[in-house]
Amino acid sequence: MNPVSTPVYLKETASQTAGPYVHIGLAPKQAGFDIFENNFGNVLTSPETKGERIRIEGRVFDGSGAIIKDVLLEIWQANAAGRYNHPADKQEDKPLDKSFRGWGRACTDFDSGVYSFETIKPGSVTGRNGKAMAPHINVWVVARGINIGLSTRIYFSDEEKANAEDPDMSSIEWVERRKTLVAQRSEKDGQVVYTFDIYLQGDKETVFFDV
Amino acid sequence: MTTPTEQFGEFYQRDRTIHPAAYTPGYKTSVLRSHQKALISLPNSLSDITGPQFSADELGALDNDLILNYAHEGMPVGERILVHGYVLDENGKPVPNALVEVWQANAAGRYRHKNDRYMVAPIDPNFGGCGRVLTDKNGYYFYRTVKPGPYPWRNNINDWRPAHIHYSIQASGFAQRLITQMYFEGDPLIPGCPIVRSINNEESVRGLIAQLDRNAFAAMDSMAYRFDIVVRGSRATLFENYVQGAK
Repeated sequence: MNPVSTPVYLKETASQTAGPYVHIGLAPKQAGFDIFENNFGNVLTSPETKGERIRIEGRVFDGSGAIIKDVLLEIWQANAAGRYNHPADKQEDKPLDKSFRGWGRACTDFDSGVYSFETIKPGSVTGRNGKAMAPHINVWVVARGINIGLSTRIYFSDEEKANAEDPDMSSIEWVERRKTLVAQRSEKDGQVVYTFDIYLQGDKETVFFDV
Repeated sequence: MTTPTEQFGEFYQRDRTIHPAAYTPGYKTSVLRSHQKALISLPNSLSDITGPQFSADELGALDNDLILNYAHEGMPVGERILVHGYVLDENGKPVPNALVEVWQANAAGRYRHKNDRYMVAPIDPNFGGCGRVLTDKNGYYFYRTVKPGPYPWRNNINDWRPAHIHYSIQASGFAQRLITQMYFEGDPLIPGCPIVRSINNEESVRGLIAQLDRNAFAAMDSMAYRFDIVVRGSRATLFENYVQGAK
């Protein structure tokens, strides 16, 4: 469309909270019923997917330190080679993994408040100026009481050097706050687990981005 | 040489004045769930301008028909309505293949959810309350449902939500991700709702109100509402840039 013919921009539709029953629409099984044949979930891998299997898990805390149990999280990430499964990613030197969409959706458990994703560790994506970005996973958080979805990122504790050189991480002026984005690696029963807790408010507040 | 993000347009900066702030004390739950520190602004990278892609074969034939997709013993009770509209970006361009997911209460204002506390209103055995659809090449979507009832909730002691349908939209890039709520033209509960009023912008509120669309009524069958959605636009589309990019 010729921009000259559309001098007036439309306004983005305003956000509203996802509410306490977000599961009905986005994760009906968690709401307590079965309706769709194909459900979107928290497992991003299939047997064919290339890369190191990892589990990401954590909890979400409010400003009183309470664990929030009605949160929905989505993640979006590159494949093991650092390429997104999307036509706008033209990093043709990196292979596309057709068995990896790179997206998943999880809910915090109503009892424990724990969320988790089964995925692979992403490779490094080329950033804006041709500079490598540290491996990271993009996270989007919605819940009752959150008026507009919160964007954050998971970086990895065993990528210290890459994290230190990451252009976006470095743009956070408050060095202490950068640590809120680093998931801690551990091993449980032979599985690699990264723990990533999110603090919505207060002293330990997670860095949220306006992207 | 162009870098990946120069080659493909980044999104326009999000205008936060048209959205609710995080901290809106009239909506009480926001008080402890809102960030106190400023958001850190990042220039778009591939992480933001890309996003998950969905295909029609992932959805079921009745996924956009809430009247039939949980009808076990008969039809759900309530006003039969068709809801339709376009997903556009800020440039007015249609957004094809966007995943639109909706959820709602039944005609009595009761949600099919294990945590719902409005126990005096009945569950409808034939109504699930969720659906999903992909926009077509013109950005058009539609689904069929029953009009949801208003719903009381624990905020102020006598707060009631206007009738509403929740929407989730995933367009092309993850930075376009949006969740919102659609209201119905003429509902007197709209102006007093603390969740509606979390938006301090009259034009934005008007944008959330679906209009009765008499031209789309199905005679002796259902009424219709029209609801268009605008997602963030980018400086250039992928296709145009691809041509210009002299690859």
